[in-house]
This record gives sequence, C-alpha cells and structure tokens, in this order.
Amino acid sequence: METLFSYFFVSLVLLAIGVYGLVSKRNALRLLFAVEIIINAATLNFVAFSRYLPSPSVTGQTFVVFAIALAAAEAAAGLAIIVVAFRLNRDIDVKELKRLRG
Amino acid sequence: MKRAAHIMVDSLFLVLALLTIGASILALESRELVYGAVSLAVSLLGIAGLFILLEATFVAMLQVIVFVGAISVLIIFVVMLVRREKWVALPAGGEVFGGLLIAILLVAVVGYLAVNSGISSTLPPSYAPPSYTQIGIQILTDYWFALEILGLVLAAAVIGALTMAKIEGNEP
Repeated sequence: METLFSYFFVSLVLLAIGVYGLVSKRNALRLLFAVEIIINAATLNFVAFSRYLPSPSVTGQTFVVFAIALAAAEAAAGLAIIVVAFRLNRDIDVKELKRLRG
Repeated sequence: MKRAAHIMVDSLFLVLALLTIGASILALESRELVYGAVSLAVSLLGIAGLFILLEATFVAMLQVIVFVGAISVLIIFVVMLVRREKWVALPAGGEVFGGLLIAILLVAVVGYLAVNSGISSTLPPSYAPPSYTQIGIQILTDYWFALEILGLVLAAAVIGALTMAKIEGNEP
C-alpha cells in the first residue's frame, strides 16, 4: 500500500487538480491556489523519490528546502500583484485584466 | 506487532492522501473564497503529514512553518482585502470541461507510463533515514551558491512586493 508508486500517484493527482484549476478558473486568487498545489505535488515527489532511492541520500530533501523558500517568494510577489490589480480595477477576474495585453 | 504497525501506517497514508486530495479539490471548487483558503491550508498540512510518513521530519517542520504558518495566513489576509459582495460568476461549461479533459488525460497518460516504467516494483526503504544534519551540511557545501542566489531572490521578491503594494500619494 505505502509504496513509491502510491506516493507518485498522489502527487500526480495533485498535479492534475492544479492544472485543472489553472485552465478553468478565472479568479486570480484561485490561480494562485492552483500554483501552490502544483508546487506541493512536486515537493512530495522529490521527498518520496529521495526516500526510496537504493542508496541513502538527502538531496531530494535539500531541493525541497529550496523549493519551499522559492514558493514563499512567489506567493509574496503574486499576492502583491493581486492587491495592485484589485486596487486598479476593483476586480480580480483575469478575463477582465486585459489592459496588460500588448 | 510489526504487522499491526504496518497496517497503521497504511491506513494513516490512506487518510492523509484522501485528506490532501479532497482539500485541494475543495480549495479550487468551494463557493466562498475564504473557505477555499482554509481548505488550501488543510491540504498543505496533509502534505506535511505525508512528509512525516516519509520520515523527512525537517522538511515537514519547514512545510508547517513556511506554508501553513506564513503563506496561508498571507493568502487569508489578501482574501479579506480583496473581498467583494458579488464574486466572479462561474464560467459556463467550456472551460471547466477543457480543464477536466486535460486533467484526466494527464493522469491517464502519465499514470500509464509510470505503471509500465517499473517504479511500482521498487523495494521498500530499508536503511535508516538520513538526518537533518546532512541536509545542513549539503546546503552549505554542495549547494552554497544556490543558497546565495535564493537569498537574493527572496530579498528581491520582498522589495518588489512592498514597492508594488505601496499606496502612492494621499490615495485613501
């Protein structure tokens, strides 16, 4: 039951949920939720594969430490952009934010 | 005794996996955005539990501190700031259908490839899990340059966020 494949499958389902959210949602905050879910799918995969490697290694966990820090930076910048977009447009529907398009 | 422990770990894995996946779906599909944000926090906690099952306790603690403690709280604050009476209307049919199609195709194709790639036949882990001392040593020796760049990226992100969100002039 608790094998590498089961962890991989959980991670794959999380990735699919995140991609579904990115494609179908129009609210900018939901898009940010979807990106967070995808990042977590990736980190879960890193830790699981690092644990089930034939030789002991912490490289996967080291990468996850970096990935979590990057996710924090991404969340800060993304939330600031959302706040600014809301202040300018009174709306965070990404279909309405067409002024950025060239 | 060992068999009982094994069954317990298995059921714990099942509960955590279902909790994580269900909370992720709810984060995207809940009607109220605030419930979505709380649900995302639950999903991140579930991932931390899976990390503990994988005996990566240091990463699990980092996940709880950074994701659940900082990012979720930040997201909930922004949800409160950006809140409106009437939310964006749900998209009609087409986009939801396309998203579902892409998600199901992704799971089917990658799952098929993974089943045939033989990772399901990997042996269970038998060695003692590496400790967090090794993570620290590795960060400061092999990946010291990545650590420096990461510090720069974090500083740039924080300064950029502050600059963007600053209210200019005497705007209310």
